Amino acid sequence: MSRYSALALLRGALTGQKHWDRAWRDPEPKKSYDVIVIGGGGHGLSTAYYLAKVHGIRNVAVLEKGWIGGGNTGRNTTIVRSNYRQPALHNFFDFALGLWEGMSDELNFNVMFSPRGAMFLGHSDSDMTSLAQRGDALRCSGIDAELLTRAQVEKLVPLLDMSPAARFPIHGGMIQRRGGTARHDAVAWGYARAADALGIDVIQNCEVTGLAIAGGRVAGVETTRGGIGAGRVGICVAGNSGPVAALAGIKLPIEAQTLQAFVTEPVKPMIDTVIMSQSLHCYISQSDKGGIVLGGDPDQFPSYAQRGLPNRLEKAAAEAIALVPALSRLRMVRCWSGTTDMSFDGSPIISALPVDGLYLNGGWCYGGFKATPGSGFAYAQLLATGAPHPLAAPFGLDRFAQGATVDEAGVGPMPQLR
Amino acid sequence: MLLIDCPHCGPRAQSEFAYDRTLDAVVALAMPSAEAMTTLYARANPRGWSDELWHHRFGCRAWLVVRRHTATHAIESVTGYAP
Repeated sequence: MSRYSALALLRGALTGQKHWDRAWRDPEPKKSYDVIVIGGGGHGLSTAYYLAKVHGIRNVAVLEKGWIGGGNTGRNTTIVRSNYRQPALHNFFDFALGLWEGMSDELNFNVMFSPRGAMFLGHSDSDMTSLAQRGDALRCSGIDAELLTRAQVEKLVPLLDMSPAARFPIHGGMIQRRGGTARHDAVAWGYARAADALGIDVIQNCEVTGLAIAGGRVAGVETTRGGIGAGRVGICVAGNSGPVAALAGIKLPIEAQTLQAFVTEPVKPMIDTVIMSQSLHCYISQSDKGGIVLGGDPDQFPSYAQRGLPNRLEKAAAEAIALVPALSRLRMVRCWSGTTDMSFDGSPIISALPVDGLYLNGGWCYGGFKATPGSGFAYAQLLATGAPHPLAAPFGLDRFAQGATVDEAGVGPMPQLR
Repeated sequence: MLLIDCPHCGPRAQSEFAYDRTLDAVVALAMPSAEAMTTLYARANPRGWSDELWHHRFGCRAWLVVRRHTATHAIESVTGYAP
């Protein structure tokens, strides 16, 4: 692998930039591996990377049914933050945020992580109370959170509608200044390249069609490119956890739903922070290319269509325009949908499954992207040692039966209400 | 958008309806707690045909069984729900 650097770029200028290798190999699957990770999204690739980097397990394959960056990793709104209220969630996501901060250096790949601040808006007194409670909880765990007055919000985003007639009045906000955005597909590419450099086989166009289970223990996988043996198998296919777990006859507390996002034509810099309203479920940020990236509600019924409802787009667009009226003149150029694993308490599942050697990383709801490095780090520890990473211990599959759910929204086992 | 043919009201826009759960996840009051847990939390989550319980919340308020394909969104049948 040739290392990316300014010096290498300069040297290449003399030779027509012809010295670059491909970013990762395109290997044929071997007969067997110590660990197989099913799913070549950001989570699966970071899992493989940390298996090699931290645990020295390099005889690993990542099997991807499509191509790297073609699934949910490339279908989100790229927001990275850790400001959840529940300690189990904010401690885990803040660990991930720490890894985001060093990711470009660690992977030698510019993931364009941009800590531009992630701000929640408060639209009422009760919004401000719940933001203050959340901020207090965060600061008790040593995580940055800053409550903003209405004037501070206006100074930060002058384009917000602060008029007395505003459809959604703004009472204030709360910002996490370390939060921000990242280039989403670069994250998958960066981890794929770094994992490949450590000897991991990243195998694309290889769909898992069956799990070989003998005597209650996983022995390998059946794929569209033949059978492959494995000592341990990690499912890491959020969005498709149901169908893949069904290959082992396992049912999960997860339902698949569609979540959409869309982007406008590129314009000059106008919004330099991430604006989020959790009362409205509206997410606004500007990409480095200039497009305004908007996200809204999931479709709230089971779907694998990767195609969302127009009324969800309409609602998100209407809210965004009410918050930032200047957006009304922009044309939407693309919209896309991802399939989310909606778990039954809104929190992820990183856990052993009832088949020996088979593990699950899924149930990320609509918050998986920001977890990418932390998810891989914790899952690698589970796959390598069989014991959960301490920060991921609250996210076992047994928490539902024990009544130890981690329910940020407090709505109970109704994924369509989140 | 789905067009759901309510047996009482005729074809109506999906925005009038709310999905509740799959039909195999309805917990009976008399269920032992272990079975209720499994019924509630262990979901097939199929990619394909699925029988689902929907509520015509902003219409006649009837509970309906919608047989629907989760990848194509095709609806095969909509019938009344009788527990």
